[in-house]
Amino acid sequence: MSGAGYTLELSPEDVWRALAEIPDPEIPVISLVDLGVVKDVRIEDDRVHVDFTPTFMGCPALETMRAQMEEAIRGLGAEPDVEVVLDDSWSTDRISAEGREKLRAAGFAPPAPRSAGTPTLIQLERGPFRCPWCGSTDTRLDNVFGPTPCRSLRYCNACRQPFEQFKTI
Amino acid sequence: MPERSKADLLLALADDELLLGWRNSEWTGIAPFLEEDVAFSSIAQNEIGHARALYELVARELGTDADALAFDRSLDEYRSAPLVELRRLEWARTIARHWLYETADAIRLEALKASDDSEIAGIAAKIDREEVYHRIHAEMWVDRLLASEEARPRLDEALEELWPYALGVLDDDLRPELVRRVEAKLGREMPHVEPVPRGHHEAELAELLDEMTMVRRSAPAGARW
Repeated sequence: MSGAGYTLELSPEDVWRALAEIPDPEIPVISLVDLGVVKDVRIEDDRVHVDFTPTFMGCPALETMRAQMEEAIRGLGAEPDVEVVLDDSWSTDRISAEGREKLRAAGFAPPAPRSAGTPTLIQLERGPFRCPWCGSTDTRLDNVFGPTPCRSLRYCNACRQPFEQFKTI
Repeated sequence: MPERSKADLLLALADDELLLGWRNSEWTGIAPFLEEDVAFSSIAQNEIGHARALYELVARELGTDADALAFDRSLDEYRSAPLVELRRLEWARTIARHWLYETADAIRLEALKASDDSEIAGIAAKIDREEVYHRIHAEMWVDRLLASEEARPRLDEALEELWPYALGVLDDDLRPELVRRVEAKLGREMPHVEPVPRGHHEAELAELLDEMTMVRRSAPAGARW
């Protein structure tokens, strides 16, 4: 039985709003909520439970993300309980429309929709990937791998700029 | 498939991914060109990420923690396939191992994704989303080496040498599918050989574990980073 008899005046929406303020540690133009990694928020007494699915499993930003969410929840006067959920529920399709637009504006080509199927080399080499700088689809794959697990390197033949493409997973 | 505990099944996968991740990272800074430096480093990071997630799952089952599973076991307790224990190899053998491992791993993940255990099926599906890119990379390199007069015999030689090791990655019931996929890609029959099974360890593993656990062993108990 809770002796304090005090109820937290906090709604899940308040928590979602606070989490939407947290930038991705590696691509700070986009928030954790835009990224779609926050799966669920539940409030029980003075505890806030957050279910969180990592993007890439070896993402070094994982612990930073967790610490920032915990801090934001403490800032709301609640006890955080952030659980990492290791199932298949995250894909790049969970990045919000707003998030995709922010990525593009920052020079990262957003991921192609998963609906196009599992990526193949032919698709990566021949697909109409759009340059975030000039909008041309005359681009080529430079490297499937890039500076972080979530990105590939492409080159735009039209404006002659390299750019980073968010991988579809 | 022989009946195995969930922990044992996941540990074999985790150990493979950890050790191969470590081996792949041996190319960091010294790959033949920059793109491959980035590629092998990134693949290593993914594999070690998979290992971490798998160890966390197993640690929950066994009541321990992921680091203890990764670093505090004795050599005999590792469940890894000997294929991933071999140290950094010259390029043709590196590509041969990479492609053989990724091909075998794809077959294993397909089986795990169909598991009745939703935790196993879920984590396998999540891992597989990333492995797609490893397979694309490995296939691209095999195609490239097969197309070259100088490279083809070197790749073939490496594939023959590593073939018994590749067979050892999978359980008996999944092996025929590996044979089928490898033969289909190469357009020739692979030799009928005995697999180098799990449980046998390469001499290089002792060296690798020694290096891998050096920091952990030297840290005073309770040190925080």
